[in-house]
Amino acid sequence: MKVLVYSFLLIFINPNSNGELNQSMTDSTFQIISYPEFEEMINTPSEKIRIYNFWATWCGPCVKEMPYFEKTQEEDNSIELNFISMDDGRKPERVTSFMKKKGIQAPVYLLNDVDYNKWIDKVDPSWSGAIPATLFIRSDGTKSFHEGEMTEDELKLIINQLK
Amino acid sequence: MKKIQIGFILTFVLGMGLIFGTVAQNQGYKIGDVATDFKLQSVDGSWVSLPENAKGAMVIFSCNTCPYVVAYEDRMIDLHKKYAPKGYPVIAINANDAKVSPGDSFNKMKERSKSKKFLFAYVHDQSQEVIKAYGGLRTPHVYLLHKEGDDFIVKYIGAIDNNYQDPNGVTEKYVERALDDVMNGRKVAVESTKAIGCTIKWTKKAE
Repeated sequence: MKVLVYSFLLIFINPNSNGELNQSMTDSTFQIISYPEFEEMINTPSEKIRIYNFWATWCGPCVKEMPYFEKTQEEDNSIELNFISMDDGRKPERVTSFMKKKGIQAPVYLLNDVDYNKWIDKVDPSWSGAIPATLFIRSDGTKSFHEGEMTEDELKLIINQLK
Repeated sequence: MKKIQIGFILTFVLGMGLIFGTVAQNQGYKIGDVATDFKLQSVDGSWVSLPENAKGAMVIFSCNTCPYVVAYEDRMIDLHKKYAPKGYPVIAINANDAKVSPGDSFNKMKERSKSKKFLFAYVHDQSQEVIKAYGGLRTPHVYLLHKEGDDFIVKYIGAIDNNYQDPNGVTEKYVERALDDVMNGRKVAVESTKAIGCTIKWTKKAE
């Protein structure tokens, strides 16, 4: 499987309260992956609580909850956030331009395998396939899964329960 | 102290909500269950129920706004064209709450049906009672029903096929294979499948 790697620098120029220009740079990763590559990713041990949020640029509830995930990651260095895009793998620019527009900090992986029935149960048997959905993996490898949109409080509650 | 108590209660309530939310997802029909009849208004103004004179039906939880549904609309029309004459019409049910998803209002459904020239019934489950009884969790979500006596028995639950992006790239036509099995009196080989889809836009309870 050919892997396309897009790494790009995003430059944001925002006027601050004094009307001066405040320039900041972020380096975010975008990669198109296959299901075996996703599996390898989640099976690689980590000391952190890993969060894999399944989303798509066109999915309203997904886009709504993304800032809660990014904010939680910023505040809590015991978690490691990854966004798993379900967007059309033939049109990756939709995702990269979304990342740029929204200033997404966490790595984004587009899981490019539409034969969904082959892998949804492997992610979690309780998942119906609806997005948004989120997989949490503790440092000991145990998993927890949540289907549906979350509020910031619900997300933090789940993370605290996993600690 | 009071703050701690409130915090604890809030945590408990949220936690229970998450637990019950998960349990609720597992309700609904399983293969072999008898599907309940319904009476829902179609975009042409008529009231639609499970067809008395048919051999079954393909009940598809659908909507206007989900890209996966849009990708499958032509295939839904084709399924209806091919199988309605054989006794298995498509009935598309939109259960999304228009307050949560304005693009799914009954008027928008009428517009969509007209512009796409839907040949099948496109009905509105405003109370969401039908989708809750069936256990539909995403769009599109297919329930293939086969009539045995007076009962409509659930024979297949899941996706239409295994490639939403490209009809020419499909290698497994789940619904057609299930229909083929049912029409030939065989046990359905693949009784349920999963696919990525859009969440149902549930009606928000009054605070």
